[in-house]
Amino acid sequence: MAVLVSTTINGDAVEFACEPDETLLDVLRNRLGLTGSKEGCATGDCGACSVEVDGRLICSCLMLGVEAEDREIETVEGMADGATLHPLQTKFIEHAALQCGVCTPGFLVAAKALLAKNPDPSEEEIRFGLAGNLCRCTGYDKIVRAVQDAAKEMRGA
Amino acid sequence: MQYEAPETTKAAVSLLAKAKGSAYVLAGGSDLLVRMRTGFIEPDLVVDIKRIKSMSEVKKTATGFSIGAAVPCAALGENKALVKAWPGLVEAANLIGSKQVQGRCTITGNMCNAGPAADSVPAMVAAGARAVIQGPKGKRVIPVEQVAIAPGKTSLKRGELVELILLPERKPKSGDAYLRFIPRSEMDIAVVSAGVNLTLDAKGVVTSARVALGAVAPTVLLVDAAAKAIIGSKLDDAALEKLGAAASAACRPIDDKRGTIEFRTKVAAVLAKRAAKIAYKRAGGK
Repeated sequence: MAVLVSTTINGDAVEFACEPDETLLDVLRNRLGLTGSKEGCATGDCGACSVEVDGRLICSCLMLGVEAEDREIETVEGMADGATLHPLQTKFIEHAALQCGVCTPGFLVAAKALLAKNPDPSEEEIRFGLAGNLCRCTGYDKIVRAVQDAAKEMRGA
Repeated sequence: MQYEAPETTKAAVSLLAKAKGSAYVLAGGSDLLVRMRTGFIEPDLVVDIKRIKSMSEVKKTATGFSIGAAVPCAALGENKALVKAWPGLVEAANLIGSKQVQGRCTITGNMCNAGPAADSVPAMVAAGARAVIQGPKGKRVIPVEQVAIAPGKTSLKRGELVELILLPERKPKSGDAYLRFIPRSEMDIAVVSAGVNLTLDAKGVVTSARVALGAVAPTVLLVDAAAKAIIGSKLDDAALEKLGAAASAACRPIDDKRGTIEFRTKVAAVLAKRAAKIAYKRAGGK
């Protein structure tokens, strides 16, 4: 039986009904039309479904939709400010840090969470911090450089 | 499937005890949701414990620390007092999965999943951690090494759930460390692991120690002989050799795609010795 859930997504109050065993990822994609978060593995290994819940980076495939009651969820759709892209998004484009693009929303959300905790990470810290995000196209170097460059810009350096 | 998110431990116990079909506790869900998704389990009832306040806190108590069953591993790394007192345990907790997984996973879930290679369990066993279990017949407190009894099986009875993990009082000049071997640098399951916790006297002699090994037996092993090998020593080479030999002797591993019996037995000694050295240094030994 469907359960009614009230939550906040990207600052907006949202209500939805979902089955108790439905993941937050399925709710975001199939019920709310927020298809930025992707399903790669559905087992918490690839990070393509990364979102923040109450300020904590998580895999939305490992959380039930019903658990979202009264939580604050941030998805990749909330990163840009209207037509103005987030510095990470701009730098991913500039550095061509994507090819097929399936992993990109997860990398953006995870990189944003990383920089919030550590505004000036070393290359090693970036690679460890983003180890939960798999990319099968780029070989990661361009992603690391894009994050470094975005971090620099966000520090105002 | 019925989903419940009670706000008290009592309500959680009652739900679990009264459940007619299969009932599961949901903490971080990083194991449970994968098992649901892959069809290993089809729960009739899931009890989410994250709305229970007492289970969502790390507390410094008169006798040590209390870690709620729903506290995510990431929160352990953010607790400065806990990191200072138990760096080895926190390291182990922050080796589980990715940052995303650490945002959800819990050491209680790691323990109750009862996997032989659980990272936080050898560190907890070395620390002398105890699990507070609540059930229909009341509360009982048991050492962490008595929770898992076989791969995937725990000693918890129907209706019981773990409420808290208790860490003992930290004596001065104490240190702990956890090391694991994995073929990659991150995001992998331990092939072999070792947790060491020790206390020194003013002269740097080990007065007490606990050594635990992971992924070398059906459950995490507490190896008394390995602890005895270093108690009374300043962790000199002879003591370290005895520690390594005792660690290897305790191993009862399996051959699988991640490591052979021979490899695991040998590496258990290497990791136990290295972890002991780190713990010794953290305890202020020279």
